[in-house]
Amino acid sequence: MKTFVYIDHFKGEAQPASWEALGLAKSFGAATALVFGSNVDEVAKAALEYGADEVLLADDPALLDYRAETYASTLSALASPASSPLSAAPDLILFPTTTRTRELAAMSAVDLNSNVITDATAVEVSGDASSSLSILVTRPIYEAKLFEKVTASSKPQFITLRGRAFPKPERQEGKTGTITKVDAKTDALTTVEGYSVAEVGVSLNDAGIIVSGGRGVSNNPSLQPPAGLDDKQAEIWKAQQGFTLVGQLASVLGGAVGASRAAVDAGYIPYSNQVGQTGKVVAPDLYIACGISGAIQHLAGIRSAKMVVAINKDADAPIFKVARYGVVGDLFQIVPALTEAFKKKLGK
Amino acid sequence: MKIVACIKQVPDSEAKVKAEGGKVSWGDAPLVINPFDEYAVEGALQQKEATNGTVTALCIGPESAKEALKHALAMGADDAILVSDPALNNIDTVGAARVIAAAINKIGGVDMVVFGRQTLDNGSGVTPTQAARVLGWPMLGLAGQIKVDAGSVGSSPLTATVERVIEEGRQIVKAKLPAVVSVVQSIGEPRYPSFMGIRKASKAEIPIWSLNDLGVSAPAPLVTRTELMNPPSRESSVEIITGESPAEIVDKLADKILAEKVL
Repeated sequence: MKTFVYIDHFKGEAQPASWEALGLAKSFGAATALVFGSNVDEVAKAALEYGADEVLLADDPALLDYRAETYASTLSALASPASSPLSAAPDLILFPTTTRTRELAAMSAVDLNSNVITDATAVEVSGDASSSLSILVTRPIYEAKLFEKVTASSKPQFITLRGRAFPKPERQEGKTGTITKVDAKTDALTTVEGYSVAEVGVSLNDAGIIVSGGRGVSNNPSLQPPAGLDDKQAEIWKAQQGFTLVGQLASVLGGAVGASRAAVDAGYIPYSNQVGQTGKVVAPDLYIACGISGAIQHLAGIRSAKMVVAINKDADAPIFKVARYGVVGDLFQIVPALTEAFKKKLGK
Repeated sequence: MKIVACIKQVPDSEAKVKAEGGKVSWGDAPLVINPFDEYAVEGALQQKEATNGTVTALCIGPESAKEALKHALAMGADDAILVSDPALNNIDTVGAARVIAAAINKIGGVDMVVFGRQTLDNGSGVTPTQAARVLGWPMLGLAGQIKVDAGSVGSSPLTATVERVIEEGRQIVKAKLPAVVSVVQSIGEPRYPSFMGIRKASKAEIPIWSLNDLGVSAPAPLVTRTELMNPPSRESSVEIITGESPAEIVDKLADKILAEKVL
């Protein structure tokens, strides 16, 4: 079986889940990494060190900025059974799931009369390319309230992998291999005018540790808001003080800050931090829920977390049903004290 | 400017969705407009107001999906079209994209097609991009803000600039219209249906287009489901940490977490 792995990067910084995709591809046989961009030799070298047998590198000033059409057309030309310049077109193309790969895989699948399966949490391969290759993909649907197994009848199969669902291979420093330059397709319908910076620190998708706040973060009775704020402004001010405590705990653990839908809807924190149902499904090793009662969507969103710790003043809150450890208490006392305890124990 | 907002009907987000006998069941929970698509309708209405345009709501689904279209009409869409055909029961994302593209072409003269970022059911979020590719139009995905060049309204072609919300921040991208746009929540809170809007929607005649009307055959699904599973249930063995003081509680809790080796 011939497998391509698309290495997703932003300005030369590879998305870590790209290496997870490479690790999965290697478990099926040889893996060819695809690196698109401008001056991205370092990404190509890293792909070899993470296990790629070879790299196809489309390095062109026109690919400096990610654009769906140019990247998809470049991929389609390489992967098409009809036009591929390679000895054999791929049976399977794996991607990490990111905002870019969802588009690029979707478009290229249209070009090649195939389709894409996104957010895979498991991929089972049986048979081989020459006879009866069968690929079964497990993926969450209904925001992880259910899982489905699907199979595609078309070739090549495009599959995007959910971050942190597959093991990341060890980096073999200094491992080398063949890097082959390939043509970029540069016809584009869009122009990139610029960028503005992120609002968040560690991305929730990649985070190994997430500390989340809910509606409860605004309820600190001992805080006195500054004069001149109306009720809503005072509530948001209090919530921001609460999220500062959440953020300090996240920071000492090297984690990301998340939030419940209730906290986002109340305007306490941008929606990009939202975990669950209409926000994000996350898969951290440790999820600490502060002042989150645990609505059904939120519980679905954190189902893939390896361990949940809940801090809530209501002993009957549903969040305790999915938690490994719980503290029934005042988050405004517990969270800062826990931050201090970890600072000491971790020597920070 | 002629705008189409694409929507879907899904089980309410509060529904307890389960696998029962190989099928998805949501009990007696209501079917509603996909929450992300309310943002699509909102984004479309903002552009309608900015350019003195019109908004057509478009949906693929069974007859009952007219209710989701009525929600879009009540919010302020000018008209609505339901694409409904028994042959569409098992379409996959690319099949849906081809049918939507055919409907857009049949509507004719469309400047902008607006989608929500994903649906709550399948959740793959690829149909907008695939529709753009089938149409051969630019894709302006995950827009948190849309600006149509005001100077160019009335002349042709119009251009649109969007701020795409991506992992690393925002990417500002420009394209000539017609284009496909998908929106994220920063586009703005969806407006509530007005009283007049609800009255208008309740009386609206919504035309139904079949595949025959669109002049296309049913796209064969390339991706098919072989199994449907409930997620593994979590053991509910919470250990509540207690102590005389917050300091004692957090000391115990931190040790427990460290012993789990998740840091």
